[in-house]
Amino acid sequence: MSNATSAPSNSVALPDGWEMVVGLEVHVELDTKTKLFSASPNRFGDDPNTNIDPVTLGLPGALPVLNRRAVELAIRLGLALNCTVQASTFHRKNYFYPDLPKAYQISQYDQPINVNGYLMLPGDVKIGIERAHLEEDTGKSTHFGGSSGRIHGSDYSLVDFNRAGVPLVEIVSKPDIRNSDQARQYVAELRSILLAVGASDAKMEEGSMRVDVNVSVRRTGEPFGTRCEIKNVNSIRAVGKAIDYEARRQIDVLESGGVIRQETRHWDDAEGRTHTLRTKEDADDYRYFLEPDLVLLDPDTEWVDAIRASLPMLPAERRARLSTITGANKESEAVYVIVERGQDDYIATVADAGGDASRALVYVTQAFAEEGSTPRVPAADLARLTILERDAKVTATQAKTILSELVANGGGDAAKIAAEKGFEALDTSAVEQMVDDAIAAQPDAWAKYCAGEEKALGAIVGAVMKASKGKADGKVVTAILLSRKG
Amino acid sequence: MTTPDPSARLSRDVVAKVARLARLDLTPDELDVMTNQLAGMLDHFSDIDKLDLADVAPLAQPLPLKNVLRDDVVVKGLDRDEVLAAAPAAEDGRFRVPPTIGFQE
Amino acid sequence: MAFQTAVDIAKQVASGSLSATTVLEEHLSRITEREGEVHAFNLVTTESARATAQAIDESVAKGRPVGPLAGVPIALKDNMCTRGVPTTCSSKILEGWKPPYDATVVTRLAAAGAVFVGKTNLDEFAMGSSTENSAFGPTRNPLDTSRVPGGSSGGSAAAVAAGFSAASLGSDTGGSIRQPAALCGLVGVKPTYGVVSRQGLVAFASSLDQIGPFTHTVADAALLMEVIAGHDENDSTSLPQPAPSLTAVLDRGVKGMRIGRITDLPEGCEPEVLTRLDEAFETLRRAGATIVDITLPSLSYGLTAYYLVAPAEASSNLARYDGVRYGLRVDAPDLNAMYAATRSQGFGPEVKRRIMLGTYALSAGYFDAYYGKALKVRRLLADDFSRAYSSCDVILTPTSPTVAFKLGEKTNDPLTMYLCDVFTIPTNLVGHAAMSVPFGKGAHDLPVGVQVLAPALGEEQMFMVAAELERGR
Repeated sequence: MSNATSAPSNSVALPDGWEMVVGLEVHVELDTKTKLFSASPNRFGDDPNTNIDPVTLGLPGALPVLNRRAVELAIRLGLALNCTVQASTFHRKNYFYPDLPKAYQISQYDQPINVNGYLMLPGDVKIGIERAHLEEDTGKSTHFGGSSGRIHGSDYSLVDFNRAGVPLVEIVSKPDIRNSDQARQYVAELRSILLAVGASDAKMEEGSMRVDVNVSVRRTGEPFGTRCEIKNVNSIRAVGKAIDYEARRQIDVLESGGVIRQETRHWDDAEGRTHTLRTKEDADDYRYFLEPDLVLLDPDTEWVDAIRASLPMLPAERRARLSTITGANKESEAVYVIVERGQDDYIATVADAGGDASRALVYVTQAFAEEGSTPRVPAADLARLTILERDAKVTATQAKTILSELVANGGGDAAKIAAEKGFEALDTSAVEQMVDDAIAAQPDAWAKYCAGEEKALGAIVGAVMKASKGKADGKVVTAILLSRKG
Repeated sequence: MTTPDPSARLSRDVVAKVARLARLDLTPDELDVMTNQLAGMLDHFSDIDKLDLADVAPLAQPLPLKNVLRDDVVVKGLDRDEVLAAAPAAEDGRFRVPPTIGFQE
Repeated sequence: MAFQTAVDIAKQVASGSLSATTVLEEHLSRITEREGEVHAFNLVTTESARATAQAIDESVAKGRPVGPLAGVPIALKDNMCTRGVPTTCSSKILEGWKPPYDATVVTRLAAAGAVFVGKTNLDEFAMGSSTENSAFGPTRNPLDTSRVPGGSSGGSAAAVAAGFSAASLGSDTGGSIRQPAALCGLVGVKPTYGVVSRQGLVAFASSLDQIGPFTHTVADAALLMEVIAGHDENDSTSLPQPAPSLTAVLDRGVKGMRIGRITDLPEGCEPEVLTRLDEAFETLRRAGATIVDITLPSLSYGLTAYYLVAPAEASSNLARYDGVRYGLRVDAPDLNAMYAATRSQGFGPEVKRRIMLGTYALSAGYFDAYYGKALKVRRLLADDFSRAYSSCDVILTPTSPTVAFKLGEKTNDPLTMYLCDVFTIPTNLVGHAAMSVPFGKGAHDLPVGVQVLAPALGEEQMFMVAAELERGR
């Protein structure tokens, strides 16, 4: 690949001849009112064990019934990730743990609802999505006592089942990621898509989006190496750091003649390293079998089509549109930021109102960070400001002052503000006269400039600005000077 | 890990491993009895080995229902205090369990 | 001894000619008299039953409408959740547990005016064919207390046979209603899978379990079915159909119906059992039905399929009894030791055996050889039945190869006990309907049951045939 992102900016370079192979498993909690299989609230932050019912607690005789909204959100996400939506089934994954009430997790196994999708990263890098399947979340154990406060050596644990049964979609990427920049971009893009389709609030800090990283390394051209799974990666920044650390660790082990064991490792963000959580030697035996309490999920074409039709414009498409409107590169920081904030529609409205979209992109990026997707300044007001500046009726500095007024007052007439502040426009002939006067007054400086000494121009521009009391547009002044130079 | 061989007669070691998976403590005597009984049953159950099942689709559920779905509406659940009062051990609004030795997910 | 039927009680109570309280007290006095030797119940709910009966009598007195089961004393197998009333599954692991909710069938029976007299004994978690595997001691057959009532719903069968209740509910995973019905001389119904809600039934094997009634008569069974059957949105496997109208079809006769006779019936039946079966065919033929010979080549493999599928599902269903949230906990210094101590002391030997068998059948490396194959045999069996039902409407078989056997007779070898279920198991594997109807006596003058098998949702023709057998016996 020879594009901008294959030469990573933040990734740590690997030693020559080595390549990393990364796959991500991302769990997201779906934004439903109730749990996947029961009618208790799906709500973060409530008092422990207040959102419980017979199904959540795995009481004898309790039966699961699938939440239609959760299915709908899973399909929305699947379609947004370019997946095929197919007939699917649920299995039981059997293991004992206190936060797993039934001692099995209901999860989709060999027939997941969404398969074979992809997601595009900057530089037209395509990352395959193997599957995006539905499953239920577990409860939460908290470990107490002991010296470490960690799970090993604790005295006891307390279990809260509020989270048990919350609907999750697990999105499994193909092992297509080759550096930590791509991994971070993947998580960020996935998060934007989740927010855009309303599937999840995707807050990594609250655990509604959780990323497990699979890393292996290989010598270029060789088959995949043994992979390690890294858990507890709780921010996008940590995703990058954990991957770089782990790839380097594996290469060190291999180069010193060791072997990589397949294992689950824990990312310690404070120490900036991974360490072994458990090895897979006593291979987990989850005894998967078809969940007999649930039936086939086979969404009909009409339902899927209706969901598809209701999908909003996705981030990639919105960035492309914004790029077209403003002329900015679709992979530029500003374009990402504006779409992330959901302010691209606003800029489109400014353009529709006859405004200068390129100026609007700059204004909105700089001044509307706190404004959300519907800034209080009416698009028409901002449009007028961009026109004043484009037509050189105000200078860039003056425009900034007017913008602050608009933001402070939630709108206003830019021309009126300009007038009130005495930003009346200087017409070009007046500026030309000032330029000619300044040249005449400083012939030495002008001669030096004409001889190629760029910085000599400063004195002349300064004189024009002084004469115009700062009202002359710097760009106009420069243009006139250039024309005088001939 | 050795690859399991379903055709080999059930061994005591395999039975011990299954007991661990099922979280059952079996005394050495119980393990012997269990091994014998299960092996006897498996012998009997080998009657199906003579059937040609290669092209037979498995049937896991008797009736072909599909798309049974529930609306996303909250219904009042259980009272925490009542539930915790019936729990073997509770503390601070939560269920209390002994410490984990040897982490399992 | 002939006891009053549910149909009769309900009619008289509703009309005011008989009080629910009187009916209840008659049943309670029989409980006082014989429960000590029979041990049908884990719990008799005398006080709440009296309150319910009184409330029904008040309603009748005030002319308020009462339900179709007004004043009918009913016993519930102790694996059906009853709000605030202990539900044990005859297991130490659930001893003392009080469910915070009612099973759907319990709600429906209560709404119909039923009077619950108690929770009946069963083989622990419904695993067994004799009710000897109860943590609280065996139930005895009221017709001969040296013998078993069958199982696993032995307590529910014994309660009706002894006149402790006019009817009862059991659950049937591989014959647990039909076999004890046969051994106690009762009508017992295993409805089509999905006809009766499983919500609140403590699961044994989820793809096989169904709740159904025990009664003295086919008409009583039809009445109970009409109350408990029908769609339930809390059970994803509940069929969308409303409850079938069965009381209306009982007098239709069997003229023109085609009755399947299996020519390759598995061996091992007592001769009297086979004689009664022949007589049953003859009864139906005389009533205008045609007897059609059929074969079910996979029938005998059903036993193997069942004893792999049911334990596999059970091993998962019973994993929740871990001492964390409810029920028994045996303390231990660490989590896994607590799990193992709780489960080892809480479960009896048969339950442990099936958990072990099921865990093994599902585990890595063995799945395909056991569980996977069993599911394929299940398919063969379903195909066999489809073929058979293209030429007949119902099939008649013995319910149990033998009459009631002695306590302790089959407890030494689990496999011998499993062979009791050879005729009842296939129905559960394919999800069809079946019922056992008393049809004469066998060895030791003990009752013999004839089993009527019908395809999925074939309850109407099944009840028509059962009613004809009842008239002709």
